[in-house]
This record gives sequence, structure tokens and C-alpha cells, in this order.
Amino acid sequence: MLNIQINGVDVQVKHGTAIIDAAAESGIVIPRFCYHKKLSTVASCRMCLVEVEKMPKAMPACATPVAEGMKIHTKSPKALNAQRGVLEFLLINHPLDCPVCDQGGDCPLQEASLGFGGGVSHYDFDKRVLHNPDFGPLVATDMMRCILCTRCIRFSREIAGVDDISTAGRGENIRIASQTGHPLTSELSGNLIDLCPVGALTSKPARFTGRPWEYQHRSALGPHDSFGSHLQLDVRGTKVMRVVARECEEINETWLSDRDRFSYQGLYSADRLTTPRIREKGIWREVDWSTALEFVANGLQQVRKTHGAPALGALVAPTATLEESYLIQKLIRTAGSPHIDHRLRQRDFSDQAHDPVFPWLGGAITALEQKTAFLVVGSYLRKEHPLVNHRLRKAVLRGAHAMFLDAVDRAYNYPTSVSMVVPPSAWERSLLAVAKAAHAITGRAIPTGLDALWESIECEAIHRTTAEHLVNAASAVLLLGNVAHAHPRFGALRNLANAVAELTGASVGYLPEGAGTVGAWLTGCVPHRGPGGKTVTVGQDWHTMVTGGVKGLLILGAELERDCADPSAALKGLHQAAFVVSLSPWVSPAQEAYAHALLPIAPYAETSGTYLNLEGRWQSFQGVVAPLGETRPAWKVLRVLGNLMDLSGFDYFSSDQVLAEAREAIGEVTPNNAMPCVVPAAISSETPALERFGEVPPYAQDALVRRASALQATPDGRVPIAARMHSATLAGCGLIEGAQVSVRQGEGVVRLPIIVDDRVAKGCVFVPSASVETAALGPVVGGAVTVVAV
Amino acid sequence: MTAKPEIASPAVGEVVLSAAVREEIDHWVAKYPPEHKQSALMAALRIAQEDNGGWLSQGHLNAVAEYLQVAPTLVTEVATFYSMYELAPVGRHKICVCTNISCMLRGSEEIMAHLTDRLGVDPGQTTPDGRFTLKTVECLGACVGAPMMQVGRTYHEHLTPERVDRILDSLE
Ligand code: SF4
Ligand code: FES
Ligand code: FES
Repeated sequence: MLNIQINGVDVQVKHGTAIIDAAAESGIVIPRFCYHKKLSTVASCRMCLVEVEKMPKAMPACATPVAEGMKIHTKSPKALNAQRGVLEFLLINHPLDCPVCDQGGDCPLQEASLGFGGGVSHYDFDKRVLHNPDFGPLVATDMMRCILCTRCIRFSREIAGVDDISTAGRGENIRIASQTGHPLTSELSGNLIDLCPVGALTSKPARFTGRPWEYQHRSALGPHDSFGSHLQLDVRGTKVMRVVARECEEINETWLSDRDRFSYQGLYSADRLTTPRIREKGIWREVDWSTALEFVANGLQQVRKTHGAPALGALVAPTATLEESYLIQKLIRTAGSPHIDHRLRQRDFSDQAHDPVFPWLGGAITALEQKTAFLVVGSYLRKEHPLVNHRLRKAVLRGAHAMFLDAVDRAYNYPTSVSMVVPPSAWERSLLAVAKAAHAITGRAIPTGLDALWESIECEAIHRTTAEHLVNAASAVLLLGNVAHAHPRFGALRNLANAVAELTGASVGYLPEGAGTVGAWLTGCVPHRGPGGKTVTVGQDWHTMVTGGVKGLLILGAELERDCADPSAALKGLHQAAFVVSLSPWVSPAQEAYAHALLPIAPYAETSGTYLNLEGRWQSFQGVVAPLGETRPAWKVLRVLGNLMDLSGFDYFSSDQVLAEAREAIGEVTPNNAMPCVVPAAISSETPALERFGEVPPYAQDALVRRASALQATPDGRVPIAARMHSATLAGCGLIEGAQVSVRQGEGVVRLPIIVDDRVAKGCVFVPSASVETAALGPVVGGAVTVVAV
Repeated sequence: MTAKPEIASPAVGEVVLSAAVREEIDHWVAKYPPEHKQSALMAALRIAQEDNGGWLSQGHLNAVAEYLQVAPTLVTEVATFYSMYELAPVGRHKICVCTNISCMLRGSEEIMAHLTDRLGVDPGQTTPDGRFTLKTVECLGACVGAPMMQVGRTYHEHLTPERVDRILDSLE
């Protein structure tokens, strides 16, 4: 600790602290533009000049570390004079167009000008004129306003890990330019908007729609992945106008993924469902809530009477809040049916008895930075969980080994040590080979039966390297991602991952898919577990339910034509069900075709609730705007349904009450992924000549993001609906790029153009899922396909 | 200093650096520690520019970036920063007139006016016959002979309009 004095007050600060941070600790704000605590220090703007006694000139507070006995003055005439001078320089070329600038009212430059600036400038030259580079659909550019702090460039290089913007020119002609000519490609690019201290980079979707002082700033949580990022929703009247990051060092630091930042647009898409609808004799009509709820309750009671209570079932989207999950499972179970599931993108449930109470990351988010090796199985991590990837990137930059088992060789924003790119049917063999190689190194006890499995397996160099990195790492983790969960042999895969962990000393972590996934597990939205993992009568998984297992179905927040691992089977089953109720904020044509009632429920921002993130952290949030039209929060809808169906225990006055009850039902749960490795009896012998690989494109994950128009206009939103194949695979089939082909999987056939993509594993046909155009095909991951020219 | 144009030909195909160019670059790379290949960037750009008749396309910038294994944007930053790198084709003779303080005090404005008049082009432009490109630059370190200009690789000092005429007349 060092003793220093700031503005006459004695304080103690840590060795190595910059003056700007030392002052902040004492509540003294020093104006700044280029300095940002998460970026490297360049001290280029000079706005932070302060007086330090015994130093001849004013010093930049961001780049001057404190020293013992230092006496600092941040508001002395010398400091203020220096700051005023800098500001006058910064404004030489600034257009001073605050009245038409989106940053106006929320702008450090404007504030500093008011606080320190003079009213008149000594400079009356013509201002420089710059053209505005195209930064894509998310970020609007107005480079005349740029003060060249280079925060945007440092962010792109240091945090996003992409090389797409830089300065160009020099002196008066220097400017920020997009060199590649491509719009920003990072999944974190929206952070430029928060970072830019002036109005040079602003939100394109929110542009010219409101002024900061009209907004109420409300808190929310990221509604898509399970990271639990803290959001600030800026609200005007009844509308969410924009989203910015709220700082939370343990979770999202100061960053947001683009998905969390721009998805709010989907709240106002044209296909929002705002009035309850029921379908009688094939005709849809809009009705009031009491009619709709009675219709639904009667319909469900009818199914119960005709087919028995176990003919009812419920499917829950991974975006549901904990309260919604808790209530819907309570409703179904109290009604006498054990059939409830939220694992809609999972296909294999054979090993579910060994599921952890809730599959979780396996540690704190911050601990990811300390990993020295990680193996990601089945995930385009960068797009699926952008901020998990960001934390791991920091680990890699410190020397950690990044390893991937995937069917596509992805572009990561850090160097990867191992990339095993093989079709899903070979993933088990790959993990087995890594396990075998690990055993050869460590000689640890072999999980029973594993040696019989790996007898015929050849370890290649890549498997040995993977094993070595995992064994030698001080802290290693295997992470199972979304595609692993959709794998036709997820159970075996997971156990082989456990085996690798046992043999290498690594741990296993899960990457829960949605914001509500962990909550759904804990509240018992699975057929084999009650709240808190309690033993219950085991019901059917979602696939069994929709393919004929149940007659009356409640669907909460999911559009099954996209939000499941086998849409064609789901659609076929739904059309045969006696009574289907969709609780959804939006209406899709497919829902209109399969549902008998559509109940408009409130999406995020319009309802209160709780999400548990992937580290098991409970976080509650409030509704920040009134539900649109006749929309109601789902917990209220479920409460009334429970009462109308004469079920007991549905008299809640607030979602807090639901939460309290759910908490009590869940009890104390210690998360634990370390399940015994149950060696599969055999590994998949299936090796189809061509097999399907159909991950969910980055911005197709859930109903909200699919309706966010700006995100959909980015390259990640425009993933082509095509069959992508390695050139060697293509040559093997005698096909050429651009050709129209018919892809057949099981009974489904779709016509698609061919794209050559050598990043795709040989033998794989990459056809994106979560799209109505490809819904006719079978299960999204694995499974034989044939491709013929048409 | 003349503002640089936006890069003239973005990604005009791929540029392959010739063996001779690579050899010359290697000579510069060898002067620095192996992990600091980036230090040879300025020399590499100069070599590539000379090889290409006096200017660099985006393709050249990319090729240099790849050869030295540095980020392409970094190469662009350097190439757009220094006035000796040209990002569009130039004339046979490149005239760089210093307009910095010493030369300005000693009459560079008159020299510039004379040149624009005689050549019929503005700074940053090339004469239609492709003979001359005219540029303004910052101090070239020859203040003692101000006003001055650089034509090709030669410095000409103590300029007067008449001297400028004589110099230009002597060039093809
Ligand atoms: S665009 Fe904004 S963040 Fe980037 S350098 Fe200019 S002022 Fe700074
Ligand atoms: S904030 Fe210190 S120089 Fe920019
Ligand atoms: S000012 Fe012209 S050479 Fe120095």
C-alpha cells in the first residue's frame, strides 16, 4: 500500500494503481475518453490530465501510476486549464451536432464540454469531412464525431479478437476505417456502441428513435443463453427502446453478446400474439381471456376424462422462467400426469437416470479464466455461448490449450491447439481414443469395461496430443455443448467424456442451452425428476410425448417446428394430438396448424421471474414494460388454468409467492457433475456414408432472437439454407457447387442448393436446423442422409 | 500534407511477392529478433512498392501482412500513415513538396502555386500524360535548404520558380 494525497485528502492505494483508478476509489471522477479499465492504456486523448506536485507538467492520470507521497490535484487551476485546452483541441473537428446526435444526453464529450469547456473556440478553420464506413446492420457510424480515442480498435483486437477495424491515415486525415470492407463480424460487436465515448458509433436499430433523457433505465437478464448477463433496458412509455450492458464483474464484466443486446427488436415483430385465440371446427377466432381459458381447461379436462390423466403432457422451452417451469410441472403432475419435459433439443435419454440434479458449468464463470486446457465437445462455442468463449479466450491468451471435437472446423478468435473435425457418428470413437491415450500416459484405473471398448480403437497423434494437454494441465475441463446434447447417442458421449475426465484428471462441465434451462432442471421440468431432483413416477420424454404418447399437450414458449431436435416427427405427432395448447408470445403458421388454442404470454421484459445461470446463480428480475395488448404473464395464466381445472394449490398473488414455494420445493441442492462413468455397452457402429449435421444457427436459437430483424441481417443471421459439404465429399457424390440437390433423411426430403465448404467434416452434410425450410428432415444431428442431384 | 485517397483497388485478386522481393525482405527480417518480424514491415512495404512501379494495392498489403505474419489492419495502418507509401498508381516522377514550417516561411506556397499552375494538377493528382504526380509532404529534414522538394529520390533545395522549371525540364 502506498500513501498518497488526492485533492488534499490522504488515502492509501495499492501499488501500481493508475491515478485515474486511485481517484475513483475516493469517489473522484477524472474525465476520460481513451481510458477503459478493460482495455490497454494508450493515453492518447489527454483528457485526464491532472496536476501532480513536483512534476513540471500536467500528467495523464490514466497512464501515471501512483508513487509514495504523491500529491495529486484533479481540480486545481493547472489541471483544469490543461483539461480545458485538451477539450478545445478535441472539439476542433467535432461537428457539435449534439441536437441530432443519438449520443446527446448520454455523452462524455458533451458532459466534459459543459463541465470544462470554453464557450468559444480559438479555431475557426473548416472542419474535416469524412465518409462513414459501413459497419453492418448493428452499428451506425458517424465518423465526423470521432475523437480518435481508439477504444473501438482496442476492443476489436483485445477483446473480440477480430481484426476488422483500424486507423487509416495520419494527422488531420486520420480516421477509423473498416479495412476488410466487411461489416463487423464479431458476436460481441455491439459493445462498440457502449465503448465509443461520443456519437461516432451508435446503435443502428435504435438510431433516431429516442433520446436518453426520455428513457427509464431498468434492469433485466440476458434471455437467450444460460450466462445470465446483466442488461439495462432503456424504456420509454411501454416500449423497450434499446439495451445496454450493466456491469457485473463476476458474470458479463462490462460486455454483452450482440444477441442479448439486439434481440429486444423481436418484442415488436408483426407476428406478436396479443389476443387469445381458439380454433373450433378448423376456424380460428380471437376471444377474451376467460373464454380462452375455459376452452383450454375444458379441452384438457376432456382429454383427461376420455384418455385418462396420463394422456396429458407439457413441453417447456429453455427460455421459461423458473416460476413458469415450476408451475407448469406442478400443473401437469397435480393433474395426474408424469409427462413433462424441457429438453427439446435432446434426442437420447437412455442414460437419464445418471443425470446430475442439474447439469452445470462445474464452477464459477470467473474460474474459466484459470483453466489451462479445455476440450469442447459439440459446440460452436463462440456463437452458442459468446461470453463463455470470451472468458476461455483470456485463458488461451495466457497459454491454455483450446481443443475442440466438432463436425465443422470453426474460426475461433484465438489459437486452437487441437481441432478434431469428424462426423458426429465418430465422436464416440474420438473420445474413446483420447481416453485410451490418456490411460497410456497416466495409467489411472480404467472404468470397468472401457478397455474392451477401446481394444479395436487406434490412437492417432491428435488423440495423444489432446490427452497430453488434458493430463498436463493444472486445471482442465471438458465442456459439453448444445450439439453434444442433440447427439443421437448423447448418453454414451457423456459417459465417454466422464471417462476421459477420470483418466486425465479433468472435470466435466455442461453448457446449458437456454436462460431457463437450469431452472427447468431444478424445478423438475423433466419426466424423471421432481423439484430439487426428487424421485417421481418417471414420465415420458418430449419425443415420446409428441409422437403419440400423449393426447393433450401444453407447450410453453416453444415453436416445435424449429425448437426441437426432430421437427418432422414432432409436427406429425402434433397434428394427430387431440388437443394442443400453445402458450406463446408469438404466433407462427405452424402453430396455427397444430394448436387448438393460442394463449399470448409475456416474453422477457414484460414479465417478472427468475433465471438460474450456468453456474447455478439465482437471479430475479422484474417486468419492465406492460405486457403488449392482452398478453399475460405465463405464471398468471398457469395459475388460472390450475384453478379452472380444480387443482389445489394454485392461489398465488405474485410471482414472488411462486418463487418462494419453488425454492422450498427445491430445497438445498449442491451442484455436482461428477457422476459415475457408466461405460456404454458398445459404441455406435453406424458409419453412414453421408450423415446429417444440423446445428442451430447463431441467431435462430429461440423465438425472440429469430424475430430480431437487425441480427437477422448480419452474416450470422443469414446462414444460408443449403447443404454444405466438403469438396471431397462432393466429388465422391459426383456433385458440383451450386447444384440443386434433394437431401433425403428418413422419410423427409428437401431441395437445397449445394455449397462447398472444406471446413465441414468429410462425410457430413451440414444442413442448418431451426428453420422451417429444413424441418421436413429427420433428427438434426447424426443419421444417414442421401444427396442426389435434381 | 496531401490526404491519401481511400485504397484504390480493394482486394484486386491475390498478389504473390516475387522471389527477389521475398529475398530482400528476408534480409531486413534477419536484422530483428525472430519474434519481431513485424519490425521489418516498413522496409517490406518499400520493397514491394518499388517492385510494383511505385505503389501498393490492397493485394500487396495483404501479401506483405501474410509474409510477415502480422494483422492486415496493422499493415494498412502503417501504409496509410506514412506519406512515402502510395496506395494508387503514380506518375513517372513523384514530386513531394515540403509545406512544413521552415519551408512555408521560406516560400513553399509560391513553389506549390507555381507547380500546380505549370502541371495543371492539384496536390495528390497525376498529370494526364502520366509524367508527374504532385504531393505535399511534411518536413523532410532539409530545413536548412528550405524551400525544398523531393523528386523521386533526389532532394532539391533553395527552390525558386525558375529552378523548379529547370528541374522539371530536365526530366523526361
Ligand atoms: S469511433 Fe468512437 S470509439 Fe472509435 S476511436 Fe472514434 S471516438 Fe473512439
Ligand atoms: S484517458 Fe488518459 S489520456 Fe485518454
Ligand atoms: S520544413 Fe521543409 S524540410 Fe523541414
